[in-house]
Amino acid sequence: MQTALPNERVIIEAMTSDLPESLAVIRDDFLALDQPDRLQLLLEFSGELPALPEHLKDHPDLLERVEECQSPVFIVVELEDDAAQTVRMHATAPREAPTTRGFASILVQGLSGLTADQVLEVPSDYPQMLGLNDAVSLLRIRGMGGMLARVKRQIALKRVAA
Amino acid sequence: MVLAADPSEKFAGFAHPERLVSTEWLAQHLGEPGLVVVESDEDVLLYETGHIPGAVKVDWHTELNDPIARDYIDGAGFSTLLGSKGISRDSTVVIYGDKNNWWAAYALWVFTLFGHEDVRLLDGGRAKWEAEGREYTTDKPAITAVDYPVVERDDVTVRAFKEDVLAHLGSPLVDVRSPEEFSGERTTAPAYPEEGALRGGHIPSAQNVPWAKAVAEDGTFKTPVELDAVYRAGAGLKQGDPVIAYCRIGERSSHTWFVLTHLLGFENVRNYDGSWTEWGSAVRVPIVRGSEPGVVPSR
Repeated sequence: MQTALPNERVIIEAMTSDLPESLAVIRDDFLALDQPDRLQLLLEFSGELPALPEHLKDHPDLLERVEECQSPVFIVVELEDDAAQTVRMHATAPREAPTTRGFASILVQGLSGLTADQVLEVPSDYPQMLGLNDAVSLLRIRGMGGMLARVKRQIALKRVAA
Repeated sequence: MVLAADPSEKFAGFAHPERLVSTEWLAQHLGEPGLVVVESDEDVLLYETGHIPGAVKVDWHTELNDPIARDYIDGAGFSTLLGSKGISRDSTVVIYGDKNNWWAAYALWVFTLFGHEDVRLLDGGRAKWEAEGREYTTDKPAITAVDYPVVERDDVTVRAFKEDVLAHLGSPLVDVRSPEEFSGERTTAPAYPEEGALRGGHIPSAQNVPWAKAVAEDGTFKTPVELDAVYRAGAGLKQGDPVIAYCRIGERSSHTWFVLTHLLGFENVRNYDGSWTEWGSAVRVPIVRGSEPGVVPSR
């Protein structure tokens, strides 16, 4: 297992100085760990993915499939009625796809509660900042990039519709 | 071969029945000296959520691939990897995994590049083991590291490179991707970038036989008669034909390589692991669009 470069953290923090607090905390938690423990933390996130709220449970039509992930994962973003349009993200993915669940859980936890503007400004390469490239592989992390892109797209479309 | 082959009647009609074991057989033989069970999944965390007792994990991406170049690890790397997993050169290795053994078949194919003799697939993979309610554990297996010799990788017998495929044009090619990928129509939603290859379509004259046609509903391999119908009658492959199989990155096609080689007994089958992510981005190679195989351009 390759260890992180000593300056990895410095480089990444410089790249992402204005990341919202919630996402910065998650990133720091990952970067503080050795590679095998980063995988373990991703597994913990996977276990923490909340179930869909009642009003979405029986409405699979409201959720969008993330085609970039090989495992079936569905997401939906809701905007609250407040002035800031606070974002609530929900996702569902099967137990047999713990990595995908972990990615979804990171975004659900990191994006929910931010304003729509804040989410639209999240760097598209946020998934690459978690230091998981060696433990998980770049190809798999692309799936999380696809999820983030779809979150942003849903927000943009919902704003137009509102 | 350390452990005797699974004598299941279902396997008797296959060309190399010793390459498959049933879930029953595996349950009976778990823990026997000389047997190492390997889990190889698409999902890098699935093993950690629970695995067959004693099984070790081999990840195709972080362990079998070279970390820098687009290639597999070399003989020294393979020796270190297998030794650290407690696998000896003469171990009986049984590989299983998620997604109907996609990645298990891929790992088996990589083991074959290094000539590991006794490597088998668990028929039905992880899904069947789970469906039957068999035991899982999250306990880490106690591994005793062993010496595995440094064996030079054989890139000729079961592996094809782009140049080999160009030279092979005119002989049977099997494209095991989905019909949409084969025809080259867009598969991603509007406003999302097409990832992986710069062009869509397939290699001229390739027959499209999606890999999952080899698999029955319960995730096990179909019977010899059914497989014949798919590959001989359906795709027109004939005994003695040299065949090259490919997909997007060579993983689904190693599943088909396994079926053609070990179940149907084709003797000259290679897997083009560069597959569409290389061919679809390469300069000046012929490509056919649409659902027909198309013809090989004259050279």
